[in-house]
Amino acid sequence: MSDTQYAYAVARIRSKELSLLNAQAMEQLLSAKDEEECLSLLHSRGWGDAKSYDSPEKMLEAEREKTLALLKELLDDLSDFSVFFCANDYHNLKAAMKAVYSGTDPQGIFQSGSTVETQTVLQAVRERDYSLLPEPMRVPAQEAFDALLHTGDGQLCDFILDRAALLAVKSAGEASENELIREYAELTVAAADIKVAARACATGKPFPVILRALAPCDSVNIEELAQAAAQGEEKLYQYLRSTPYAQAEDALRESVSAFERWCDNRIMRAIRPQKYNPLTIGPLAAYFLARENEIRVVRIVLSGKRNQLPEQSVRERLREMYV
Amino acid sequence: MDKMGIAFALLGAVLGALMAGVGSARGVGLAGEAAAGVVTEDPGKFGKVLVLQLLPGTQGIYGLLVAFITLSQIGVLGGNADISLTKGLLYFLACMPIAVVGYWSALRQARAAVASIGLVAKRPDQFGKAMIFPAMVETYAILALLVSILAVFGIGGINV
Repeated sequence: MSDTQYAYAVARIRSKELSLLNAQAMEQLLSAKDEEECLSLLHSRGWGDAKSYDSPEKMLEAEREKTLALLKELLDDLSDFSVFFCANDYHNLKAAMKAVYSGTDPQGIFQSGSTVETQTVLQAVRERDYSLLPEPMRVPAQEAFDALLHTGDGQLCDFILDRAALLAVKSAGEASENELIREYAELTVAAADIKVAARACATGKPFPVILRALAPCDSVNIEELAQAAAQGEEKLYQYLRSTPYAQAEDALRESVSAFERWCDNRIMRAIRPQKYNPLTIGPLAAYFLARENEIRVVRIVLSGKRNQLPEQSVRERLREMYV
Repeated sequence: MDKMGIAFALLGAVLGALMAGVGSARGVGLAGEAAAGVVTEDPGKFGKVLVLQLLPGTQGIYGLLVAFITLSQIGVLGGNADISLTKGLLYFLACMPIAVVGYWSALRQARAAVASIGLVAKRPDQFGKAMIFPAMVETYAILALLVSILAVFGIGGINV
């Protein structure tokens, strides 16, 4: 598809960017006295719908649905965006497996924005007919559900599907012609590998176990990462210094959630140049990521207000905004 | 072989109108898509984005102007259409600046117009500045128009 085919879509996105939350809007939210006032502020900016007035989660879900509806309207084919959605497919697969295994009602456990219908995922797991799933999901689905049935170990099931999800993200990134989407996929996989290695290091997992959990990527050598993680924290930080994620060392030393914030901020910095790109699919991808980031930040603020956390504590968890 | 003179001259006139026209049609179309995107979200910006959309349309007019003058000079619109091969080739070459520069400048101006439409979408108060960026590209279309017109008029006085 020629870059000029996105002229209409990018122009609409430019107008939509005006309603994104900026730093000033975030300050307003932070200075609200409670969650109710935050919700009221968000509603006055057009967030949520009539059904979600009193429910923060419904409001955030409604915002996510609005973004997805806009993208579906602007793009005939969302395959270029599968890099953002394929992880949801694996999340839904995990949820379906656990619901079927425990015999619980699967209502409300699935995430929106997946490429496979949730009912199809549920049916595939219930009937163990994995041919209903897309080809790359079949083998990990069978392996994960068999592991869950034989061992009852939910973590092992998660472990198999999380790695499969990362491989799907990497594969979707490689299939894209857009530089931003490729960079996003690479950073997502590398960040997940680093997080897994850091957690495994903290719990003293051996090298073969760590290596099995990591997904290959271009910016991190997973064998060296697993080796470093197996040898201890200092070796892990030492290895990180030789990668493009050297600046993440301080964040990782602080906590895994601080590292996640560092990764989110890095994605925001990577997508900012798209504000000045008049054509290509890049600004659409950037808008989607900006909206996801916005929803994540609003969730942090609402949660902080609900739990009456000090403002400084909430502020430390916030991410940089796109606008 | 002398009959080929009028054929080359006519080819030059046709290419002048054709290439500049195609460039403008593509350019106005592209800018129109971007303009429609902005108006979908904010119909109040219609007037501003319409002006930006029209900017890449001028090359088509320049091409038409050069073609019209050339047709008049070579006698296709009336008078004596008997011109030598050399003169025919000269007319052909005279039309090339607006044909080539018209085509490419329309496409490039369209991209600048699309970027400016994005600027107006976010900062409507900067409309004046947004106009200047695509308008700069117009300079080169005007230069090509001048060269083509001067050449077409000048060839009439050459005895070849």
